[in-house]
Amino acid sequence: MTDVSAFRLPLFRRKREAREVRGYWASVANRLRYDYVTLFFLAIILTIVLLSIFAPLLAPFDPTKTSMAYRMKPMGFRNFILGTDELGRDMLSRLLWGGRTSLMMGLVPVAAATVIGGLLGVIAGFRGGWVNSAIMRTMDVFYAFPSVLLAVAISGTLGGGSKNGMIALTLVFIPSICRIAESATTQVRSLDFVEAARASGASTLSIIWHHILGNVLGPVFIFASSMISVSILLGSGLSFLGLGVEPPTPDWGLMLSTLRAGIYVQPLVCALPGVAIFITSLSFNLVSDGLRQAMDVKA
Amino acid sequence: MWYYAARRILMSIPIALGVTVVCYALVLLAPGDPIQSLLPPDASPEEIAYLRKVYGFDKPIPVQYLLWLQRALSGDLGISLQTNRPVMLEVLNALSNTFVISVGAVLLAFSLAFILGTIAAYHIGKPADRIATGVAVVGVSVPNYWLGIVLVIVFAVKLGVLPATGMGSAGSSSFSIFDWNQAKYAVLPILTMSLVPLGIIMRTTRSAVAEVLNNDFVQMLRAKGLGPLAVLRHAIWNALPQVLTVMGLQLGYLVGGSILIETIFTWPGTGFLMSKAILTRDVPVLQGAILVLSLTFVSINLMVDLLQTAVDPRIKRA
Amino acid sequence: MSAFDFIGADLISQEEPQAASLDERDRGGKQQPMLIVNGLRKYFPIRSGILQRHVGDVKAVDDVSFSVLKGETLGIVGESGCGKSTLARLLMHLIPSDSGEMIFDGDPVGGMRGLSLRDLRRNMQMVFQDSYSSLNPRLPVQDSVAYGPRVHGMSRTDAMDLACDLLDKVGLRAAMFGARYPHELSGGQKQRVNIARALALNPRMIILDEAVSALDKSVEAQVLNLLGHLKREFNLTYVFISHDLNVVQYISDRVLVMYLGQVVEIGSVDAIYDTPLHPYSRALLDSRLSMDPDDRMTEPPISGDPPNPVNPPSGCRFRTRCAFAETVCAAEAPSLSQAGPDHFVACHMVRRGSGHSRLLS
Repeated sequence: MTDVSAFRLPLFRRKREAREVRGYWASVANRLRYDYVTLFFLAIILTIVLLSIFAPLLAPFDPTKTSMAYRMKPMGFRNFILGTDELGRDMLSRLLWGGRTSLMMGLVPVAAATVIGGLLGVIAGFRGGWVNSAIMRTMDVFYAFPSVLLAVAISGTLGGGSKNGMIALTLVFIPSICRIAESATTQVRSLDFVEAARASGASTLSIIWHHILGNVLGPVFIFASSMISVSILLGSGLSFLGLGVEPPTPDWGLMLSTLRAGIYVQPLVCALPGVAIFITSLSFNLVSDGLRQAMDVKA
Repeated sequence: MWYYAARRILMSIPIALGVTVVCYALVLLAPGDPIQSLLPPDASPEEIAYLRKVYGFDKPIPVQYLLWLQRALSGDLGISLQTNRPVMLEVLNALSNTFVISVGAVLLAFSLAFILGTIAAYHIGKPADRIATGVAVVGVSVPNYWLGIVLVIVFAVKLGVLPATGMGSAGSSSFSIFDWNQAKYAVLPILTMSLVPLGIIMRTTRSAVAEVLNNDFVQMLRAKGLGPLAVLRHAIWNALPQVLTVMGLQLGYLVGGSILIETIFTWPGTGFLMSKAILTRDVPVLQGAILVLSLTFVSINLMVDLLQTAVDPRIKRA
Repeated sequence: MSAFDFIGADLISQEEPQAASLDERDRGGKQQPMLIVNGLRKYFPIRSGILQRHVGDVKAVDDVSFSVLKGETLGIVGESGCGKSTLARLLMHLIPSDSGEMIFDGDPVGGMRGLSLRDLRRNMQMVFQDSYSSLNPRLPVQDSVAYGPRVHGMSRTDAMDLACDLLDKVGLRAAMFGARYPHELSGGQKQRVNIARALALNPRMIILDEAVSALDKSVEAQVLNLLGHLKREFNLTYVFISHDLNVVQYISDRVLVMYLGQVVEIGSVDAIYDTPLHPYSRALLDSRLSMDPDDRMTEPPISGDPPNPVNPPSGCRFRTRCAFAETVCAAEAPSLSQAGPDHFVACHMVRRGSGHSRLLS
């Protein structure tokens, strides 16, 4: 293909042939196909998500229906497959319903922070100068708080409730995601292909859309995916402290907290919400790791 | 190096100021009249009027902030609504207790993680590495407030070898880790707390040591016939600064994020103090604790950076 | 007839390139140089200290003037760090200049009535040095080529067709390579894509900034041949920036020698290579390795690093490394003076009555 006489061949306007080369995301998917660990935990996540979505159909009992007669019963007692909690509510139903709130606490703040932080980071990185300083120095201040402390501080002053909890978690994640987006943008912005795009007279928006975003979304996405597990842990932690979801709404963190009195009676039953949090957070962590490895190939 | 250090110290001043602004803004964010949240519900109108005047609530917000900052810098963080004691006193007392378990946890995590991480780096891809990385992933995935409960069930309820909660009879002022009767209260909190830093420090150690082992200069040491122990020494010395940095940051996170574990073990540190303050809506204590903890975090980060400057020859020369 | 129709028509109907005079985009006539650069200057401020005070300037391009004739290749040579790449970016208006003017085919660039930046960039394109970072890793190469025409309002299908045609022109079969990503191409192939991208706006002038420097020798030769063909076919004018003296000699009609942000010598390729007059040009040319084993070099013709461009020497900037430096060289900066029919040199030894004891030429 290095024969320069090639262009002397008779030329004609042609139909472009079908792509024979895979795109970037297709090659990532292909690499993931052989990563069995990641696939296994991805399946677990999908199961948890499906169980949560269909909780209303799957749950055998009303998760908020209390019964003084059936308090703290062991697993397999009567129809209570996983036992009952301190108010006699069915654990299985509560775990299924709790998955909804816990997943929401994990996913919504990360998604919101990715949009807000990513946008701020791209703007800061692309504009540079005082815009960059203004945005990034503000982020530095929020970065100067340990994440748990910031989450507790915000939701502690705003007051409990899952909405405030999610706002607090979103604010916790914005600075770090913004930093990733900013550094990736700054790095890409100085590359020659962006100069070349400018040299062809492209507008700033067109350059950001066609040339910056495609190269910034990858790192941001990888980082954000690793934050989901942190968000689930922190969200449950807030509920555990009484700052997140309010009773009687079922939530894994809140269940752990209310069941604390029962650990001497039914330790196994009381450990269940923790197991649920642990498996979910572990799965998100491992899938995020696998994704990082699959995407971390020069392409 | 001195230039870099001076620059780094100067740079942390605006950040510390920003932190104080956020801490102040928290009270404004809180629903309701800020003056109400700073006083017990049964305060008399005279008290309210007095506080309004002292705190400058009739003045514009920036002036209020400056007045507050001035008082905070002179050590006056207000009076606790619950105990009627100065917030500063309460927070500093609690902070020393938090440091006991945080430092303990970070040291425990470091010693375990450094050994595990080095072993993993020597056997990348082999079973030993997989087990070590598995431990690390579990460490950062496990909800440690839950793990605390499990440990209590096992060691306090089933085995009965360790106390479940509290700090024992000694109280915070005379606590000594060298006296087992007191130290045993700290064992479970430290164990629980060390899990997250264990995972993170291990990952760092593994990648740092592996990177050094792959370096050309290590290959040359091997080629020159250096024994495995001598090579290990080089690898460790080169990986150590990076690992120590991560360890310092983890200490900051533990001190700042001790609330969950202290709540479980009713360990009378800053976290427990905050937890109580949230339940009782004790805003002065909450604000004071957040301020002290975040400034502590900023100072720990600063010290870690300065230490790294002192250790890393590349920065030293610049 | 738009500029794009021109390429299309050319692709379909013509095998032989047209002569320069027939180019209907020509505005100023044959005698009007394609580009006149006058007193171009770019200082990069250096800031230091905690307050980021302005402590000095890197004088990257300092009062550079030259012109590029229609249809010629102007080679620009000089050591690394002498301001060649800054000059290229200034010509493309990728970075703003501090002062100086540019006239493109008779039209001043910028200003109220001058050529707009958009029009300039349509007429003038650039091929970058680093073939790795000059293509977007997330775009198939045909999309990279089609991007410029799309920006200028061409429909997607037309732009893609044009991109495929151009890829064929630069010797990459579009059906095979068009949908590939940059990391799936070799360095030479990527540089061909870069050339195709520069051609996509149907420019009249292309700036080649070290366009072949990173390539293997064999690939370099192929790309150089390709550039020659393309130049004839598309009526191009080249500014060819390189540190490789042999390549510049091969491809250039005229050569400009830069030292520390200034022009020290400019002239026809024969004049520069056969009778270089400026001591720097001579040293530079002497530093080429000879093929003759008897003609071995025992001492470097020039030693030391170039002085710091923040504080260039007074007078002639080369005097600190020049064997013939005298007091006049420190006192007075030499200006470009004529030394031959198409040969200008900035050296006191060339100008009679400059106060230098020697006189060359």
